[in-house]
Amino acid sequence: MKQPNQRRRTLVLVLLAAAVLLAVAVAGALCTQAGTVTDFSRRNLAPCFAHPFGTDWMGRDMLARTLAGLSLSLRIGVLTAAVSAVVALALGTAAATLGRRVDTVLSWLTDLVMGIPHILLVMLISLACGRGFAGVVAGVALSHWTSLARLLRGEVLQLREAPYVQVAQRLGRTRLQVARDHLLPHLLPQFLTGLILLFPHAILHEASVTFLGFGLSSEQPAIGVILSESMSYLTTGRWWLSLFPGLALVGTVALFAVLGERLRRLLDPASIHE
Amino acid sequence: MGHRIQFAAKKLLRMALLLLGVSLTAFLLMSASPLDPLQTNVGQAALGTMSQEQIARLEDYWGVNDPPLERYLGWLSSALRGDLGTSLLYRVPVVRVLGERMGSSLWLMAAAWVLSGLLGLTLGVLAGACRGRWPDRLIRGWCILISSTPAFWLALLLLMVFSVWMGIFPIGLSVPIGAEAAAVTLADRLRHAFLPALTLSITGVAGIALHTREKLCGVLESDYVLFARARGESAPSIVLRHGLRNVALPAITLQFASISELIGGSVLVEQVFSYPGLGQAAVTAGLGGDLPLLLGITVLTAALVFGGNLCADLLYGAVDPKIRRGAARR
Repeated sequence: MKQPNQRRRTLVLVLLAAAVLLAVAVAGALCTQAGTVTDFSRRNLAPCFAHPFGTDWMGRDMLARTLAGLSLSLRIGVLTAAVSAVVALALGTAAATLGRRVDTVLSWLTDLVMGIPHILLVMLISLACGRGFAGVVAGVALSHWTSLARLLRGEVLQLREAPYVQVAQRLGRTRLQVARDHLLPHLLPQFLTGLILLFPHAILHEASVTFLGFGLSSEQPAIGVILSESMSYLTTGRWWLSLFPGLALVGTVALFAVLGERLRRLLDPASIHE
Repeated sequence: MGHRIQFAAKKLLRMALLLLGVSLTAFLLMSASPLDPLQTNVGQAALGTMSQEQIARLEDYWGVNDPPLERYLGWLSSALRGDLGTSLLYRVPVVRVLGERMGSSLWLMAAAWVLSGLLGLTLGVLAGACRGRWPDRLIRGWCILISSTPAFWLALLLLMVFSVWMGIFPIGLSVPIGAEAAAVTLADRLRHAFLPALTLSITGVAGIALHTREKLCGVLESDYVLFARARGESAPSIVLRHGLRNVALPAITLQFASISELIGGSVLVEQVFSYPGLGQAAVTAGLGGDLPLLLGITVLTAALVFGGNLCADLLYGAVDPKIRRGAARR
């Protein structure tokens, strides 16, 4: 039997990712309540049939907590990646079209944001917003646009010289019309791929910052919170508290990383024969 | 040679401006924070029982009432003279905290940087040379898995396996607990730094390996490689003589650009291993609202990142004659 081609396989992967996203979101919404139920008769159980992920020191079911945390992380990831990508699109296009002075300022700004290590910048922005949900979202959203903005700027600079754009301008279309009808459709694939590739970074940084204590507060069932709590129980041998939630996070992130890579390769015709 | 120096000077000027921007940004972000340093560090209960005068004195100490602009200008003018202020939490000059912390962090990061660079380049070249076959698939899969793994979770896993189960390595800190400073040997330090450095190296490999592989694939499809093959050169010789030379440049850039990620990773890893380095100090300063210290750390790390970029730019010229001429024209 012949193997399905790259395009088909990517489509399957897109559907799979969407299904996982939906399933986790639904399960998380259903489990948020179950994840906070404490039952001191079943404290510190190792993984067993009734509790596949075990239970913690308050008798909370770790599977429910993991799902709830994962769905929260996914929601934050989608939100921040989307905001970041839109910021990148706006700044990248502005840098390429609004003249040299704007370009200089924006490229300086990009260098500035890239110069501060991501974690530190997210920490600082999160502090400025008073930590919590707003802090994390603002922090991750405002620190991840740089590389995509650079990419899109380069793309627009190239497109501006393209014959059909030049012709459209000579024919008297306004800048806005040119941008809408000729630039945007061309940028859309790059933009979407960039968006999906931003997503793993966003989730990972959200979890990291929350783990350090600058993100979501400890009553929220985020993966970062679960993992940072598990650290105090590590030395007593409760490995399941950190292993399974982390595995779930890695699995989700890896799925989107692979998806983004595939899409990127589909859009790059030179490497399609692989 | 003259234009090289001019090029470097221009870059240095830009770097100084960027550092100024970084310090201003960090300062504004921190002073915009609605979190009250008194509440965080003294606590509601203690504040309730304190007299007004004491509270006023503490507010003075944490600089709550001064206008931000004045504070920033004050900080800047003494920073230019080499005085970064006094850490509010540690109660010693920031420069000293930075020096001590930097000392232990630097070894960690340097080891991880060199190790991940060499390992990443090797794996990338191997994957690119075996494109499509099982070593390539294996390395690619591994890299994607590693890049999807949060550094702190990897650190937790390693800690669990090597320290808790096997008991080979210590649980944390950079020296044995309770040992006198004079009694700490180099072996002790190495044993304590091993796991953090290992974690950082593992996480650093993915990016450079994947990138190197892509570049090598591109090189191997080029016309000059086709010609070399037609001349009868063997595959290893092609990879070594044509591949490595062309792959080196992007690898250098990427490795120098990864300093930012490395510092970010070291913040997380030091927190897990309670390793008393720069990253851990940053977390403490951030949670405790220690503005001078966090500002100092941000500026220092930004300087490291910009310094890395500058090194990459200068090395470019040394490695690639095409770029050398391009830089001269600019």
